Parts: sequence; C-alpha cells; structure tokens
Amino acid sequence: MSTLTDSRKRELRRELESIVGPGAVLSDPDELMVYESDGLTLFRALADFVVFPTSAQHVSAVVKLANRENLPFVARGAGTGLSGGCLPTEGGIVVSMMRMNRVLEVDYDNQIAVVEPGLVNLHLSWKVGPRGYYYAPDPSSQQACTIGGNIANNSGGPHTLKYGVTTNHVLGLEVVMPDGEIVWLGGKTREACGYDLAGVFVGSEGTFGIATRIVVRILRKPQAVKTVLAVFDAIDQASAAVSAIIARGLVPAAMEMIDQLTIQAVEDAFSCGYPRDADAALLIELDGLAVGMDVQAERIVEACRESGAREVRTARSEAERQLLWKGRKSAFGAYGRVSPAYMVMDGVIPRTKLPYVLRRVNEIVAASGLRVGNVFHAGDGNLHPNILYDPRKPGEEARVVAAGAEIMKVCADVGGSISGEHGIGLEKADFMPLIFSVADLALMQRLKSAFNPRGLCNPGKVFPTKKSCVEVGPVAYRPHAIEEKGLAQRF
Amino acid sequence: MDTTTHASPPAPGGPLSLHGLSVDGVNQCVHCGLCLAYCPTFSELGTEMDSPRGRIFMIKSLAEGRMTLSDSTVRHLSLCLDCRACETVCPAGVPYGRLIEAAKAEIERDRPGALGRRLFRWLNFGLLLGHPRLLGLAASGARLYQASGLQRLVRKSGLVRLLPGTLPAWEALLPPVPAKSERTGPPPVTPAEGPRRARVAVLTGCVQSVIFAAHNRATARVLAKNGGEVIVPDGQGCCGALNAHGGDHARALAMARRTIDAFEVARVDAVVVNTSGCGAHMKAYGHLLADDRAYAERARRFAATVRDLAEFLAQEPLRGPLVPVPLTCTYHDPCHVAHGQKIKSEPRRLLAQIPGLRVVELTESDWCCGSAGIYNLTEPEMATRLLHRKVGHVLATGAEAVVTANPGCILQIQAGLGAHESGVRVMHLVEILDRAYGGPGGAR
Repeated sequence: MSTLTDSRKRELRRELESIVGPGAVLSDPDELMVYESDGLTLFRALADFVVFPTSAQHVSAVVKLANRENLPFVARGAGTGLSGGCLPTEGGIVVSMMRMNRVLEVDYDNQIAVVEPGLVNLHLSWKVGPRGYYYAPDPSSQQACTIGGNIANNSGGPHTLKYGVTTNHVLGLEVVMPDGEIVWLGGKTREACGYDLAGVFVGSEGTFGIATRIVVRILRKPQAVKTVLAVFDAIDQASAAVSAIIARGLVPAAMEMIDQLTIQAVEDAFSCGYPRDADAALLIELDGLAVGMDVQAERIVEACRESGAREVRTARSEAERQLLWKGRKSAFGAYGRVSPAYMVMDGVIPRTKLPYVLRRVNEIVAASGLRVGNVFHAGDGNLHPNILYDPRKPGEEARVVAAGAEIMKVCADVGGSISGEHGIGLEKADFMPLIFSVADLALMQRLKSAFNPRGLCNPGKVFPTKKSCVEVGPVAYRPHAIEEKGLAQRF
Repeated sequence: MDTTTHASPPAPGGPLSLHGLSVDGVNQCVHCGLCLAYCPTFSELGTEMDSPRGRIFMIKSLAEGRMTLSDSTVRHLSLCLDCRACETVCPAGVPYGRLIEAAKAEIERDRPGALGRRLFRWLNFGLLLGHPRLLGLAASGARLYQASGLQRLVRKSGLVRLLPGTLPAWEALLPPVPAKSERTGPPPVTPAEGPRRARVAVLTGCVQSVIFAAHNRATARVLAKNGGEVIVPDGQGCCGALNAHGGDHARALAMARRTIDAFEVARVDAVVVNTSGCGAHMKAYGHLLADDRAYAERARRFAATVRDLAEFLAQEPLRGPLVPVPLTCTYHDPCHVAHGQKIKSEPRRLLAQIPGLRVVELTESDWCCGSAGIYNLTEPEMATRLLHRKVGHVLATGAEAVVTANPGCILQIQAGLGAHESGVRVMHLVEILDRAYGGPGGAR
C-alpha cells in the first residue's frame, strides 16, 4: 500500500466514486486483501483502491487522476494470471475490467468481433458458437480468464500449435494510454499500415496502457475433429513420440503431455478417462477437413506405437473428447487435491530437448525435497512444471523459488525461453537477464518509456527492479486495522 | 464497527476451524479462479469478494486470524447463495458448501444482529421448522389471510409497504396456501404396483408438506407405479437443511437426529426426497454428525440410503403404460440437485420417456434462480436480479412449462413469470410424471 493518509484516501475515494459511480470503488482493508494475489499465491501486494469502470471514459478519467496524484495503477481481469502480473506492487489503484464484459459487435461475414476486455475468453466462443464460429486462442483457464488478460500476456493454449497465440487473432485495440489519452492501435482489417502497434501492445503485460475495446478474429469451427490419446509407460517415450509426429510433417491442432502425478489429480477431480498407472499420456488433436483426416490419424497412431505407446485410442464421442480436454484444462486446479499450493513454471525449449529437460526438471525438484507435476504443450516445447509445496511449512517457499530459478536456467541454457505464455510479471522479472543482453533490455526499456514515460502504469513488472512492497512467504500475524485502533481485541 | 472476537490464531500448520466447525478444506483451494465465471453473484457484480475464490480466501483469513468478521466480510459471506455451482467446476475439490455453512454459523454466533432479526430467526428456525404442528397452524393462518380477502386488501391499500424489515418480501412470496383438506400427505403405506422393486420411505418435508402436499401424494403414486412400496414414516419433521444453510448449526444437528430416528424404524431400502436442499443435506448427515458418538455410524448408514426422486426412478426405465403429455417444456436444475448431488442427466432421461412431451434445453439451466432456501427473503435485491436472468432465459425457450424439482425454485420462478404476466407454468417433475400416469385417478 502506498503512503496516503486516511483523510486523503477518503477524499480520493469520493473523487473516484464521482468518476465510476457509487458501488464501484473498494477501499475497505478486508476487501482489498481479497485482491492481494492473482493465480500465483506466492506473491502478495495491497492496493489502495479497486475501481470498476464501465467505459473507456471512466478508465481514462481514473488514469488521469492517478497521474495527477502520482499513484500507480494496474488493470486486472479475472485474476487467473500465473506470474503476479496484475499485482499492485507499489499500491495505488487496481482497475478491474470485470464490469466491461460485453460483446459489442459480431461481423460474421468479415469474421471479426469487437469485445470489451473483461469478457471471459470462453464466453466469446459461446456467443458465436451457434452460428458455427469460435475464438481460437484457448488458454487452459479459458472458462474464467478474460480476453483483456490474454492480451496482456499474449496468451497461448493447447491449440497454439496450429493456430498461433493471441496476437495472431487481434486486429486492433482501443487503448487508454498511461497518460489517459484514448487511442486506437490497428483496426478492423487484416492488414494495417504504419507501425504494428497492436502487435507491440499485445504481450506488453499491462505496462503500455489499458485496452478498453478489442477487435478479434473469429474462425469457422473445423469441419472435423479427431482426438487421440496415447498412453506411455515412460515419459521419454512420450517425448520421442512428439518429435516423431512432427518429423512426419504432421501438424496436429494440439499436442499435450500429461504426466502420472497430474493424471491422478485430474482423475480424482473429474474421472476423465486417463489411465492412472501411465507414466505419461499425450493428448493429440487433429482438426480441419474431414477428407484425409483418417489417414493423418493413422500416421499419428503409428508414430506413437513406434515410440513405444502401450495404448493409443481415439475419442469415440464428443462427450468423451470434452471430458479428456476438461481433464487437461483443469490440471492446475486439480493439484489442489494433492497439495495446498503449487508454483507453475512456463519454460519454452526446443522440442528435441524435451527428454533431457524433463529429466533435469525432475532431478532439480527432487533435490529440493519437493514434488513436481508436468502438464504442458509438448508440440510447442512449452513446459509447465508445477512445483507442489505447502506454504505452511517453513522454508518450502524459498525452496520452490530456488528450484524455479534453476529450471529457468536450464531452459535458457538449452536455447529456450523463461516464459511461453504466462508472462514475466513479477515472478520472472529478475530472470530476464538469463535470455536478454543488457542492450536487448535497454531497447525494451526505451519502448516502454515511449508508452509509459512516468512508469505509473503497472510498475515493477517485466524488468528487474529494486523497489517493491511485495511480500513473499507465509503470512505473519499482523494486527487488523480495528485492533490497532483499539476497537477489537484478540484473545 | 465490529468489536467481537473469533477463534484464536491457530497453531501454524494445524487444522483450521471456526468455533469447532472444520474449515480445513480451504487449503484445497489453489486460487486458480476457474470457479469465478460460474458464480452467480460474481457474474452479477464482478467483485472478487463475491466470488467463491474470494469467499474461500475470507474464510481462510478468518480462521487464520488475518481477518475479523467486519461489516464488509459479513456482507460478502451473507451474499453467497450456497448454490454450490463452484463445487461442480472446482478441479481441486474444495468442499465449498461445508465451508460457507461454517462461515454462516460463525456469523450467527458473533453477529446475531438486532433483537428483531433474532426473534425472526427464532420464529422460523426454532419454532416453525422445528414443530410441524405449529407450521400447520401458521399455514391455516396464512390460508385465512388469503381466503378472507385480507391479503388483497393489504396489497392493494399499500399497507404491505408499512411492514418492517424484509416482511414485504415475505408477503410478496407467500404462495397460495391450499385448504386444509388439500394439505393431507400420502397414506402411511402405499403398496407397490406390479413386481416390488424396493421398500422406500418418502420425506414429506416441512414447507413442502404445507404448500405442496399434492407433490408428496404424487410422489407416492409415481413411486408405487414403479414398484415402490411407499412408507411415510410417522414423526418426521424438517430435515434441518434450512437451519444448516442459515447458520443455525445446533438446531440442524437436533433435526438431523430426529429425522434419523423417524426413518430408521421404517427399515427401508431407500429414503426418497423430492426437494433439492433436503436431499443434498440428508446425504451429508454422515459428515454433519461425524463427531456425535451415538449417531455417527447411524447417520452414515442413513445418508447412504437417501435418493433424490429422479435419481431413484432413473435407475430403471419408467414402467408403463404412460399416457401422452402434449406439452413443450424446459428443465431448470435446482442447485442442490445439480451441484449438491450431481444429478443432471436423470431428470432429463425421465422426461424423455414421456410420450408427447417435447423438452427444450434452457440456457444456464443449472444457475440459481435466486430462491436459495430463504435467500430471496434475506437478500431480495440479488435474488431479484438472478430471477430476472432466469425468467429471461425461460421465456427465450418458448416452452409452455418449466419443469423443476424443488418447492423454492417453483415459487420463485412462478413469482418471476407472474411479474412478466407470462402464461408459462412451473411444474414439479413429479407432477408431470404423475400426469403421464393419469394423475390421482391413475390410468392403468
């Protein structure tokens, strides 16, 4: 929290309410505490206010007020992010986009939709589904995460392998710049002239401004879909199968790996049909024209068998297919059945290094005395080792952070990256020098300064920083505000 | 300002509880947020304190001593419908229903409110729900109020607005109470028709037995048609679900024990329930009474025999003959059937067997209608928002009837449709089944 006095806070609250309306500003300490983390509970930071705008004008006025008061601000969607990207590290204002969640326009002929940032990713596909369309980027949290958050992190998902990430589906954005100006980046057409500012904005992790309207592409649903589950007794065989499939020139829509610990957690959760005793499974999906799909599927089955799969089967019904995907997409949450907390890593590596890196990940985590579950986009080489820990046990959080750092180093050493889709946020900011030179980072800083010269828009993210009020580690007892005022006593 | 205290900070790593009620399930929440978009209150408000993840965080913080029961915490926890839609989507298996019940009990303990509110709760939870005879007397009073024309007078004259607190909301939702002759339950024993499939007992319920006794009679008939030897155990009363959901834990325990006592003597294969919250609650008796030495084992055994009506009937194809019911209907899933008992396909499978009946799917069919026990009386504003949402979806289907399986939902949706002057009827699943069997006369 920043150093605003109580009376100043009351004044600012009134002013914010005059912008966004009563019932759209939070400043109660208990309410603010609910916003202290996103999907990664390792980090916590408290805002001074959470506001709920319903228009670009609201956002602009709030941002202008923040500039006048020299208060930091950060946009937040559903808070499902996994890198602490939307945490108010230096206090100030959290701008919740959850009341800007409308689909403003759908143009089926031109295959575009104009949406507000607080729209839940999956809800766009629900909206256009009856007409045979869908929105392709499908992060595993798509049932809850927002398109605005996807923009910030340039989110991917299982179907990234064939369809690309968020930036490949965004044509233009209305943005409230960090000084409060409202601008348009890109537009409604496929090709725009001038600098590709929409491309620059997507993936800027909320440090270049706040999107208030987004033009996205919607795609026709594929004519046919085939989903194959390949079961392996050794994780190395599954890794080899991934390479064998790609080597045959096949491009599945998705190719996901899920290891034994994760299989058991999701089977406990929803009984999805993954064999509990398998060391690893690959979930492979083909989509497109019906013609030729059976042949492709046969070649995939063949590649899996040659790599040592003990069982390869095709989902026989849409219900069975949905259930397999439900398991895959709920995997992170399902870790709650085996551990009170987890930290997910997001390394990207050349696919050919899969067997080596997975072995190293398991060694590193085992050496820390912790457990790891792996569920990831194997076709992209985008790993998600989930290190399980118990925040109530002294020292475990420090061990998680240390193991995570080592894993990131392994990914960088094999020529990979420290984040595929979850963003650098707070969590990986200090590791940027692993993959970027001083000159690289300086260029990025200059770009950030062009958009966000005062640094008030989502400070403390992406770049290594010195100063922040973020807490890491178990929560120590702190007297509640009313205890400090002598109004309540603890027995 | 809050000046109360709560449980002392727990030992680090020890199990978490609120005054003895375990809330250790909060540790299963890994904060993934997949529940958010499925929570009706979060969907309406967009504030995370009104989301399952936010509420779990608050309950955890209360138990850990990081938060106290401040006005705002009480507000957000009270606004929870306890619909348990979050449980259905939670990959981590957080036992949310138990957590929110513990939190509501904590609120009642520490913040019972002003005398009026306490009196009101005692009247409902203590007196009426606890004593079937008094509930019957109250029903007669309500019947007199309605049949004498007094209700019309009160409503027309605007007198209703002078009633204190949430009484106007109560008055508005007061359903037409049937005449005493119509309030009789099913006979103590109804023999099975055809080969006997099972000996079953029927819960006649508290409010159900007063307002919807006809559904209970239809339940006995439909069960008998399907080979059930139907017993209505004497001495049964309210199962305690409303008390438990409302934070009245102690009375809920007593009611659970009484229910077990009443049903055990009937020695049945299954206890069939035609109301949503009661079925889910009775299935949880084993957990509820786990610390009660005399009852733990009995409660566990009893709970294992509890079946929702649709769950029981759908185990086998409906026995014929069935007469056509020429109607287009849609199905609204009661929360504690769909989320509390994970029963979604069974009622649809039963409807599909009725000749002449066309069933169209309802958007957000498993979203709470706002009734939620007595929520529409305690939180009328949110309840009304959710009701409008529900009614909008119902009207969009073009169905002539909404079929559901819970008295609260029936009254709520009926009120919502009434406000729209819609002719769409609301029916209990058992009514439509009973009609397919020819109704009280019984087509053979």
